[in-house]
Amino acid sequence: MTEANDFVNPLRDPQDRRLPRIAGPCALVLFGVTGDLARKKLMPAVYDLANRGLLPPGFGLIGFARRDWEQEDFAKIVHDSVKERARTPFREEVWKQLLEGIRFVPGTFDSDESFETLKATLDDLDRAQGTGGNHAFYLSIPPKAFDQVISMLKKHGLAKRDNPQAWSRVVIEKPFGNDLATAQELERQVSSVFHSESVFRIDHYLGKETVQNLLALRFANELFEPIWNRSYVDHVQITMAEDIGIGGRAGYYDGVGAARDVIQNHLLQLLALTAMEEPTSFDADQLRTEKKKVLAAARPPKDMAAHTARGQYLAGWAGGKLVPGYLEEDGINPKSQTETYAAIRVDIDNRRWAGVPFYLRSAKRMPRRVTEIALNLRRAPHLPFTHSDIEALGSNALVLRIQPDEGITLRFGAKVPATLMEIRDVTMDFAYGTSFAESSPEAYERLILDVLLGDPPLFPQHEEVELAWKILDPILDFWGELDTQPEGYPSGTWGPSCGNDMLARDGFVWRRP
Amino acid sequence: MIINVRDTNATGIHMALVKARHNIGVASSMVFTMIVIADLKHYDRALEACHDAGREHPSRIILVTNGQAKADRVDAEIRLGEEVPGEIISLKFHGELVEHRDSVVLPLLLPDSPVVAWWRAGAPDKPGEDPLGKLAIRRITDAMGSSRPLAAIERRARNYSPGDTDLTWTRLTPWRALLAAAVDQYPSPISEVRVEAAINNAASLLLSAWLEDRLGVEVIRTEGKKGIGITGVTLVTDNGDISIAREDGKMATFSAPGLPCRQVALRRRDSNALITEELRRLDVDDIFASAMSTLVQRCERMDAGKATT
Repeated sequence: MTEANDFVNPLRDPQDRRLPRIAGPCALVLFGVTGDLARKKLMPAVYDLANRGLLPPGFGLIGFARRDWEQEDFAKIVHDSVKERARTPFREEVWKQLLEGIRFVPGTFDSDESFETLKATLDDLDRAQGTGGNHAFYLSIPPKAFDQVISMLKKHGLAKRDNPQAWSRVVIEKPFGNDLATAQELERQVSSVFHSESVFRIDHYLGKETVQNLLALRFANELFEPIWNRSYVDHVQITMAEDIGIGGRAGYYDGVGAARDVIQNHLLQLLALTAMEEPTSFDADQLRTEKKKVLAAARPPKDMAAHTARGQYLAGWAGGKLVPGYLEEDGINPKSQTETYAAIRVDIDNRRWAGVPFYLRSAKRMPRRVTEIALNLRRAPHLPFTHSDIEALGSNALVLRIQPDEGITLRFGAKVPATLMEIRDVTMDFAYGTSFAESSPEAYERLILDVLLGDPPLFPQHEEVELAWKILDPILDFWGELDTQPEGYPSGTWGPSCGNDMLARDGFVWRRP
Repeated sequence: MIINVRDTNATGIHMALVKARHNIGVASSMVFTMIVIADLKHYDRALEACHDAGREHPSRIILVTNGQAKADRVDAEIRLGEEVPGEIISLKFHGELVEHRDSVVLPLLLPDSPVVAWWRAGAPDKPGEDPLGKLAIRRITDAMGSSRPLAAIERRARNYSPGDTDLTWTRLTPWRALLAAAVDQYPSPISEVRVEAAINNAASLLLSAWLEDRLGVEVIRTEGKKGIGITGVTLVTDNGDISIAREDGKMATFSAPGLPCRQVALRRRDSNALITEELRRLDVDDIFASAMSTLVQRCERMDAGKATT
């Protein structure tokens, strides 16, 4: 096969930027097809990819679940979820293409027989659809089942670790463990079966698009780099607020809480992308190196009591609707100490950021849904105005909005027209228009495509996950030892007073996002 | 809001814009100016296309049409905050002003950002030398919109200037992607290529040129096959043929040596989807330029062949 390896496809050219990369022949195996995620996100994303012409002619989709379904039942479920949820219009011919490769394997995670059937089904697909022995396993299942499924894949020869002709990849979703020890245990299990570059850990909050936007803003511009350091930046606030409560996720959420659910992965990733040095290239490897460096330099606060805060939402009127408190939600232990609001201070011990506090907060039942990174700049060292001129002037801020409307806001002072000299804060805003139709791929589409292409993921690998736990573990231990109820805050407000006190101690206030 | 300004000039339009923006209270954060040149009789469809194009990129869209009044004047209609992030300025030119449309358009270009020109129907023979075309760094035409598509794409190729692009090329992207993926999967040298298409299909001409340019083998193109658009491409390799066939304009059959024959959706896209793809990149498309120059060579070869027989 040396000839094939030397062969350069003459139809491809790096200059040809229109040409999308289409995944090679492969099959995607979905564990947990009956779950919400599979129905609402994964299956529609597969369809959208096919519709955009990014799936190969030889593609197979296999559902694996404990259901007494026939092939047609499963096909119908995929069909319905696609019709209801897909981003792009439903087209009969695209569906026809997908349908040829759809299979269902009924079974349980502990049954050898089920995995033998799965293997036979995959072999059959390889023949009938030409999927070429390339298989991706998407584990949309509770973390406690990971171990079992992964070892079954190994036992039945489905995880071809060292086969140069065909690949096997696995996708796992957060949470990546519950603390450092469990994260390391998970890593041990996964890496015993799959190579680290075959493991795709996904954080569905953090799309590739967001990461790339951030990188573009920071490293494609000369304007921001000079101020991107302790000389100009006063402090940084990273917020992820959700307006919803825990909804139907009681079983998952109770005992996990806001810090593990969001800060550990999402907010610390945003922190890493904001604070890291410039990578030598945007290769996944280089990027990861920089993220690891900055995460290793980040540390939890020395005074935990002063610089962490947690809360729990109470019943209240949120956005015009009366909603129950956390402890009154279905399925929640009425004595639960799980926090629904978590705020922490993180310091980064390096030359760029020494002395600049990063405040991270994440919460449910906030007034609105928003994720943003706000860099607050120092005030001008000297202001040649009288005190009354600048009473309404705050500090300059650069805000990177992550969602829902991705964009950039700049806050600066401007003179109020027709006054003697009255200066106040104004904001300037840029947002790319909301995309439509086939343009902007949803995060899951990009993820699935990356998995099928084998594109090194921008998603964290186990070292980053473990570094993040190292920051969070001491805080979680501290909270655990307190053994008290988190401070209540009425639903539909910006959190408990301890959260505000935490910033007030340092002389700051939370931005209203 | 929609503001009508009759019998005006560039300054009048600009003043109306500033005032409108002031009333809404938004700052401008637009990424480029797009000049859309359309016929009066297709005005509504052109406006709809502007809406679609503007949705992805907040931009100033200047829709240029010629009216029928005798007087030398321009009428403007400004749309702001009407379902699109940017603004749409429709200009109707009358009388002698029809010959000097660029004098009104030039002052209305957004400062310091790219300009794109798009001829919705008939385009000038040399878009790069057209007064409005000269304002733009990107000129989008559509040979398939012409009554003689084959002649139109040939003319476009002969008059190519950097920054030109034709929607015929955009239409080919899914075909090209599938062909490139096919060669990714079966990496072996290609000795012969056959392209088949319905009659008068300019895209097949361009696809043949691209394949010839990239593969360095002569591409045999046959026309008049039953079907819609491009109906099939065959790449001949030592191990057998890789072929993609599509008759209904929607569903293609993909076959390759030693593999089961499979179906793949390969739909023709509407012009709004094409424009969206086109606006995503504003730099010069070298691959297109190279394919166009091969297209000219092919045409000359054929002319020479005709001359000798």
